[in-house]
Amino acid sequence: MATIRCFDLTKRFDGVSALEGVSVELLPSCITAIIGPNGAGKTTLVNILTGFARPDEGHCFLGDCEITHLSPHRIAQLGLARTFQNLRLIQQVSAIDNVRLARPQQRGERLSSALLRFGLAKEELRNTEEAMRQLKFVGLAEKARELAGELSYGEQKLLTLACCLATEAGVIVLDEPVAGVHPEMTLHILSLLSRLRQEGKTVAFIEHDVAAVRRISDLVIVMDHGKVIALGTPQDVLERSDIMEAYLA
Amino acid sequence: MEYFLHILVLIGIYTVLAVSLDLLVGQTGLLSIAHAGFYGLGAYTSALLAVRLGASFLISLVAGMAVAALVSLVVSFPSLRLHDDYFVIATFGCQMILFGIFNNWVSFTRGPLGIPAIPQPTIFGWNVRSRISFVLLTALLAVCSYLVVTLLARSPFGRVLRAIREDEVFAQSLGKNTLRFKVTAFAVSAALAASAGVVYAHYTTFIDPSSFTVTESILVISMVIIGGPDSTWGPLIGAAVLVTLPEALRLLGLPGSVAANLRQVFYGVSLVVIMMVRPRGLVGRYGFGR
Repeated sequence: MATIRCFDLTKRFDGVSALEGVSVELLPSCITAIIGPNGAGKTTLVNILTGFARPDEGHCFLGDCEITHLSPHRIAQLGLARTFQNLRLIQQVSAIDNVRLARPQQRGERLSSALLRFGLAKEELRNTEEAMRQLKFVGLAEKARELAGELSYGEQKLLTLACCLATEAGVIVLDEPVAGVHPEMTLHILSLLSRLRQEGKTVAFIEHDVAAVRRISDLVIVMDHGKVIALGTPQDVLERSDIMEAYLA
Repeated sequence: MEYFLHILVLIGIYTVLAVSLDLLVGQTGLLSIAHAGFYGLGAYTSALLAVRLGASFLISLVAGMAVAALVSLVVSFPSLRLHDDYFVIATFGCQMILFGIFNNWVSFTRGPLGIPAIPQPTIFGWNVRSRISFVLLTALLAVCSYLVVTLLARSPFGRVLRAIREDEVFAQSLGKNTLRFKVTAFAVSAALAASAGVVYAHYTTFIDPSSFTVTESILVISMVIIGGPDSTWGPLIGAAVLVTLPEALRLLGLPGSVAANLRQVFYGVSLVVIMMVRPRGLVGRYGFGR
């Protein structure tokens, strides 16, 4: 099972430190919550882990493979998928087409196969079945043919999760998966993350909802001003008044 | 009759150009200003091979497409790594360089004097000489181009192109090497544009740089936008409208110089009106105005 490790990550934007010597580890079959006030460096950390930003210093590993300077698509191919704080989907196509897009190593994505179409129908059938399986998992099977842009906000969050799962990644990193969604949808999303943990996935998520963090996370990383200021179980970390003061500030 | 057949040949050639550009503009969301350059590259490669080496039409066709695809790789690899705006500027630079070569490398391309006496094609014993034969040839080429672009558009390859158009970051986050897809789409588009150039050279039997200026690129872009990007019939409709309507101005009996200027005005006004009233073009699904 994949483990993410990063050491001494430092990132500056125009001289302002977004990360300073951050070292964290995300463990398999474990849900890690990353919390902290706005500007703490949470999204920068995720961007560096997933290749969307390059650290000035430090190293990241996915298992034994160093991913520090790999491109985002290569990191995703190696098994680290992510969602974004601002929902990213192809709004004008159906939910199932968004998920089919995410399927890895499609032969039909090669120019020659796309033109000659050898075995393309079978592959598309397999990908459609797999996409439906992911949509069923997140509870969107009945909305498979609806345009992604016409789904509710919560459903779009579920769809982004289905896309991540369709990549067959072992590590899923979610940026605020329950922010702005209905309480019932929040519980549904959290239960899905718990099921992913049972399946052995490595799950990490950025979240401001302390109740959600307390409910499902095994490990909490608290960040502030680009540094990790606390790390431990929710019981240990979320009961500390100094941490909560820093967080609420 | 010959005149109308000539118009049909032109519509066929411009349909190939518009279809090939639609793969970039409509499917991938990339705007290239180098299309006339690749069109010219096909025409010049084929004309030089046919006139100097006596190469057959089919060999000239394959060579023209291959040269255009190779040049497209040289342009796209560095420029597509950057933001899409840089790609537009890079293709503009490519267009100017290619035109400069056609116009100034006199010892090789004969510059403004052009290349005369390009032989008309013979394909597997079919001597393409009459206008009606050229109508059939250009129609065949247009159908082949449609087939290539439609097969790509309806495959997982096309799904990734549209994902790049809509949200490249999302496509990357799902493990898609977006640079590879954009470079490939650009190469296919350039090769198809070159095929139109090959047919044009063997149809007119004379080419000079004036047929491959940046204005020609803008004309093809106009065809895609007016017809409607990312649509089956958009390129054909765009080509038909922009080839036939300016020709209709000639029927008004206006002096040539006035008609030529009116044609430019017509392109401009059409683009402005389409962008304001119907940003997705006459039959398109994807528009710049969104």
